[in-house]
Amino acid sequence: MSAETQAAIDNDGSPKVVDLKAEYEKSGVAEVLDELDRELIGLKPVKQRIREIAAMLVVERARKSLGLTHDTPTLHMNFAGNPGTGKTTVAMRMANILHRLGYVRKGHLVSVTRDDLVGQYIGHTAPKTKEVLKRAMGGVLFIDEAYYLYRPDNERDYGQEAIEILLQVMENNREDLVVIMAGYADRMDKFFESNPGFRSRIAHHIDFPDYSDDELLEIADGMLAQQNYRFDEKAHELMARYIELRRQQPHFANARSIRNALDRARLRQANRLFETSTGPLDAVALSTISAEDISVSRVFTMPGNKAASPGRADK
Amino acid sequence: MRITQGCFSFLPDLTDEQVTAQVEYCLGRNWAIGIEYTDSPHPRNTYWEMWGHPMFDLKDAKGVMMELAEARKAHGDSYIRLNAFDSTRGFETVTMSFIVNRPKVEPKIELTRTDIRGRSQRYSWKVA
Repeated sequence: MSAETQAAIDNDGSPKVVDLKAEYEKSGVAEVLDELDRELIGLKPVKQRIREIAAMLVVERARKSLGLTHDTPTLHMNFAGNPGTGKTTVAMRMANILHRLGYVRKGHLVSVTRDDLVGQYIGHTAPKTKEVLKRAMGGVLFIDEAYYLYRPDNERDYGQEAIEILLQVMENNREDLVVIMAGYADRMDKFFESNPGFRSRIAHHIDFPDYSDDELLEIADGMLAQQNYRFDEKAHELMARYIELRRQQPHFANARSIRNALDRARLRQANRLFETSTGPLDAVALSTISAEDISVSRVFTMPGNKAASPGRADK
Repeated sequence: MRITQGCFSFLPDLTDEQVTAQVEYCLGRNWAIGIEYTDSPHPRNTYWEMWGHPMFDLKDAKGVMMELAEARKAHGDSYIRLNAFDSTRGFETVTMSFIVNRPKVEPKIELTRTDIRGRSQRYSWKVA
């Protein structure tokens, strides 16, 4: 910046100093981050990264108010992690966070998979992809299972066309939309290897770690509380044991496995109430999951947890 | 001759920024935007060619502006207008329409009078 423009800024009364703290409070970022801390269990590295991004956006805004040259930061992200580690949940929140930080104009989330982007015939893909991109303008485009876009076994696959359009928009319309891709870590790595353009255009690669047993138990409590159920004491202990065993089995999907287990426990609870109750039931009875609702689970009876047939592992 | 059809046509041409603001207004009312073009601005030519489908479910004007840029690239020397369609029950019609692109040289519209029976006259217009 030349001395002249500097003088011009000073003359028209723009501030010469900026109070980062005030700026931070004004932006409502603290609120968003607290909310994130409260409502999402675990995910330390993810929260840390979001914190960093938020800090950067606040500083960026402060720089702008001082008239320092500024270039829209790239915020495209990649969420990589095992099944059930909260990638989709965080993406939903990201749109809200970015909107409150004033980075995206509208803050809606458009969630798509390969089917929404890639057409079936020649010439079908580009309009389809563009349609989606138009809808996502001013918000966040979330591409779930993004690695499906690229099928290395078929070189005439139309996915490539969608990828090219996406790359172009990600580069040219950085201030208009944020693209978040999500997928399992190993497959995403392969995807980026074959599409180096993507890796360099995505500034934030965020890894979603597996949950620990304690965190999963906490998540289970939270899920039940949300549906107005609760464990009794013995069931709670048994659930901890269940998580431990379930983890060793194939097709373990972190929080998703827990959700499925809880759904089945509710089913058994309902059945138990039907078969055993003789008189009227009160709210407590209707909302308590007790030990026998969990202990019937096959997870406890599987010898060495090896015999589970892959397809029915969740049963 | 400057064609005056739809909203704002007596004003100077809208800048892109102003078009964006108008589109934001339309989207804010849940109207869908369609882009149409023609090289014949005859007043009776109600149905112009559609440029793609009308755009439903948009949240931000940028989507429309991208499509408009494409339309201008292909039909820069034609008339292009934006139509805002209100899908509310009972309306289900275009509620706003304005020209966003004009050819460099606009055609003339000529009025001809024809005498018919008993000193009556018929008027017709011709795009020249």
